[in-house]
Amino acid sequence: MSAVKLMDYDKALELFEPVLGFEVHVELNTETKMFSDAPNPANARNHDAEPNTLIAPVDLGLPGSLPVVNATAVRSSISLGLALGCSIAESCRFARKNYFYPDLGKNYQISQYDEPIAFEGSVEVELEDGTLVTIPIERAHMEEDAGKLTHMGGSTGRIQGAEYSLVDYNRAGVPLVEIVTKPIFGAEHRAPEIAKAYVATIRDIVRGLGISEARLERGNLRCDANVSLRPRGQEKLGTRTETKNVNSMRSVERAVRYEIQRQAAILAEGGTITQETRHWHEDTGTTSPGRPKSDADDYRYFPEPDLLPVQPPRELVEELRAALPEQPVARRRRLKAEWGFGDIEFQGVVNAGLLDEVEATIAAGTTADAARKWWTGEISRIANEREVDAASLVSAANVAALQQLVDAGTLTDKLARQVLEGVIAGEGSPQEVVDARGLAVVSDDGALIAAIDEALAAQPDVLAKIKDGKVQAAGAVIGAVMKAMKGQADAARVRELILERAAQ
Amino acid sequence: MLARIQLTDDEVTQLTGQLDAIVDNIAKVSEVATPDVVATSHPIPMHNVFREDVVGQTLTTAQALQNAPDYDGDRFRVTAILGEEQ
Amino acid sequence: MSEIIRWTAAELGAKLAAGELSSVEATQAHLDRIAAVDGDVHAFLHVNEHALDAAAEVDRRRAAGEELGELAGVPLAIKDVLVTTDQPSTSGSRILEGYRSPFDATVVARARAAGLIGIGKTNMDEFAMGSSTEHSAYGPTHNPWDLDRIPGGSGGGSAAAVAAFEAPIALGSDTGGSIRQPAHVTGTVGIKPTYGGVSRYGAIALASSLDQVGPVSRTVLDSALLHDVIGGHDPKDSTSLPDAWPSFTAAAREGATREVLKGLKVGVIRELPDSGFQPGVASSFHAALERMQQQGAEIVEISAPHFEYGVAAYYLILPAEASSNLAKFDSVRFGLRVTPDGGGTVEDVMSLTREVGFGPEVKRRIILGTYALSAGYYDAYYGSAQKVRTLIQRDFDAAFGQVDVIATPTAPTTAFKLGERVGDPLQMYLNDLTTIPANLAGVPGISIPSGLADEDGLPVGIQFLAPAREDARLYRVGAALETLLVDAWGGPLLDRAPELAEKPVLGGTR
Ligand SMILES: [Mg+2]
Ligand SMILES: [Zn+2]
Repeated sequence: MSAVKLMDYDKALELFEPVLGFEVHVELNTETKMFSDAPNPANARNHDAEPNTLIAPVDLGLPGSLPVVNATAVRSSISLGLALGCSIAESCRFARKNYFYPDLGKNYQISQYDEPIAFEGSVEVELEDGTLVTIPIERAHMEEDAGKLTHMGGSTGRIQGAEYSLVDYNRAGVPLVEIVTKPIFGAEHRAPEIAKAYVATIRDIVRGLGISEARLERGNLRCDANVSLRPRGQEKLGTRTETKNVNSMRSVERAVRYEIQRQAAILAEGGTITQETRHWHEDTGTTSPGRPKSDADDYRYFPEPDLLPVQPPRELVEELRAALPEQPVARRRRLKAEWGFGDIEFQGVVNAGLLDEVEATIAAGTTADAARKWWTGEISRIANEREVDAASLVSAANVAALQQLVDAGTLTDKLARQVLEGVIAGEGSPQEVVDARGLAVVSDDGALIAAIDEALAAQPDVLAKIKDGKVQAAGAVIGAVMKAMKGQADAARVRELILERAAQ
Repeated sequence: MLARIQLTDDEVTQLTGQLDAIVDNIAKVSEVATPDVVATSHPIPMHNVFREDVVGQTLTTAQALQNAPDYDGDRFRVTAILGEEQ
Repeated sequence: MSEIIRWTAAELGAKLAAGELSSVEATQAHLDRIAAVDGDVHAFLHVNEHALDAAAEVDRRRAAGEELGELAGVPLAIKDVLVTTDQPSTSGSRILEGYRSPFDATVVARARAAGLIGIGKTNMDEFAMGSSTEHSAYGPTHNPWDLDRIPGGSGGGSAAAVAAFEAPIALGSDTGGSIRQPAHVTGTVGIKPTYGGVSRYGAIALASSLDQVGPVSRTVLDSALLHDVIGGHDPKDSTSLPDAWPSFTAAAREGATREVLKGLKVGVIRELPDSGFQPGVASSFHAALERMQQQGAEIVEISAPHFEYGVAAYYLILPAEASSNLAKFDSVRFGLRVTPDGGGTVEDVMSLTREVGFGPEVKRRIILGTYALSAGYYDAYYGSAQKVRTLIQRDFDAAFGQVDVIATPTAPTTAFKLGERVGDPLQMYLNDLTTIPANLAGVPGISIPSGLADEDGLPVGIQFLAPAREDARLYRVGAALETLLVDAWGGPLLDRAPELAEKPVLGGTR
């Protein structure tokens, strides 16, 4: 591949106005697939299934098989449409999108074409400095995912140069909602940042609704980013490229930035942009051309004759609307104010995806600071170590209970960390772990004084130093006492008692 | 080719003639299909036919692969694609 | 020839219930008949090697005192469009040669549960595209009335099987007449139920919005008995009607009293003049109507101005849906795979496989359908055709405001000679003129024998159409006319069919 020229980013923005557009595919976490009763691999229950084990006849397009619509997937789609501020269609239909590809069991994808379930909405996106941007939504429609191809032979594992490919149809038929924006104008130099924030917002919305696991790295959320440039002052839109399946928040940002720089360099030299799909390469931080749009894109859509129209009852729509969670942006603003966090502290919680956990912990009776410290501190550390979700380790109620034991002086911070480990290990509630492991702080001064006297006797010079006013020497005795008490003492109280003894 | 059938030259010649005649004949539908007439996709109108989101019986991998022209382990096998994923 | 094979399904069922006959005997008699005549008729693509086991099982259940349905133990021929776990399912196509379905079609599962004995899979035009069964990849079926003639299509195998006494009843599928037109040319009975009345699950789809599975038999009562077994709501087919259906068997028995004909209003369509039919077909039709009139039926002329657009609409909708339904035959998950010399890409393999695996009629329709759906033509073709459906439905609505049933000859001509029309697809398509409107509108239709055409002595059928969901009306009217005619003839029409030469049975099944 010949070297791709990139224009300096600021220079590119000086000459051109970027126009964005996004297609985000959300895999719903229903129990079963969109059109079959096979288990849904996008549901946590079915992660790591062996290939071709989550399959019903229709997922393979077996002769005689027929699709039947999943009621829960429809409800989830309506909820998502409402959360995106969309109107919900009085009546909508499924359509067949016909094209041949080996990951497509029927060689058509059941999707929606001219009658999506949700249309005409908008979503507020908050940038890191608090700026709000409104992203116009054109539509959100229901469809099914395709299977997974693995390219074998050749050196790269990519499709180019592969000798053959293997197909796993587990993912075929996973329920998807595809969210399509209208063209986004006025993003200017913040285009990459807006791209990232938009995807993050969609992630937060679907998580808030509980309708998707929304993990980009798992492909639960997949973003195709459309970018076009037009010379300053020009009305007509430029030719766009569509960068496919960018699988992290950071990559979305980088891919948009890259395309702006790449297209600007071509246009500045008098070249033209090819309307095409492009692939993002995480390793090199570049995009490469895929298939140009052509006649082969005639998908011959027609109404799916095996399925009937969906006419969401208005009562259902209103019921789902009433059950919508707060919009992510509004919720974050409210929580930040309620908790009294600074930008950095709050962003720490947001970025760790622990808003729900911190909120629940506070609700269970801790201060905001304590809840934040536990979740972004020790619990996150253990989660990172074990490569699991922090939320999966311990319940908010137990974190609150743990903090309450600290507040009551029953546990020191250090003991509390040991108790946390016990709770995570499944030994029970914090109180049960304290009882079982005998970890409570020794608050009996008599026992502490006995230990102090013993330590002081063993280190007579220390006593002299303290008496001389060198109070910091007490540290050596504190250490010995804590050791003797197996750590189950309040170090501050021990220090107080040492100074009292020395003063006598 | 959209239909993905590799026709021989003879077939193309023969089909072209036949299809022209057929298309001429069926083009008459547009005579009566005026804008005020709604389209019928399903002969018996129904809507909102759904399935509860409950897992049913799935195929075993052996059943899934039993008719496969070629497979490798637990996956179907096809020759090089040399195209591009959509 | 054993007399067992001449009995109707109802008679067989009664004798089985009375203990006068075992299912093994009934099944063996039909297997023997198949072995004896099917070399000439070629109604079957596969004979079920498990049939006798299944029959023995029903006999065992009966001996154990189990309560069994009226058709338990009766042999059933199954059109190869229906997938079956115990036999291959090819839909008459080379591309599916040897295909084994991991599940049974709902109608097959229901027949099995009712104790019917699947005796074999019947021949058909490839993927049910055709009106003569000449488009089967496995060679044509021959009409038992004249082996040089077509048995109709696409379900020529099922019709020929019952006409040749190889099975008392059979399952068919009707997308544009594939049950009724074969009934017409073979002197048998066939019903296309109301769309959604019988599950399509497990019927290899031709055109999803037109396809219906239905019964094929020698008597109206037998079709009703089978319809009662296979019909009703199926959650696996979204287009299946949730309705509770009346007993069609009861309707047929009631119809046999002929009372139903008194005051029955029978519509004849002004736009289908006699000139459109072979003279013997038209005269047989009118003779049947006269008999009905004599019993008190009233013949009313009605207008169905849009029926003439039916064939055109049908030949847009069907190929469009079929081109999409048949895209799954791509050599990846099942079916034939043909790899070009020296390999090739997946696309090359798919294209060559479909070139080799599909017959000319299937290719013709796939290409036609691909064209009809392509951008720029959709509105003019597929979109307009869907509007014609609306117009035809309106014609039916208006007509059924005036009459109880509509009657037409089932098809324009009697059985034509094999090979006569293969080269002229358009002519072949026009053959479906009278049957297609029912599929477009979703209404039920029945074809029963009305007699023999004077000029060639070949069977003619009369078709009755009723409003959607009024299938029972067809059984009443059909059974009434059937008893009238059989009385007048002094026996069933099939008694007048020539004897087929029986080859000596060399033992065992194929
Ligand atoms: Mg898209
Ligand atoms: Zn999509």
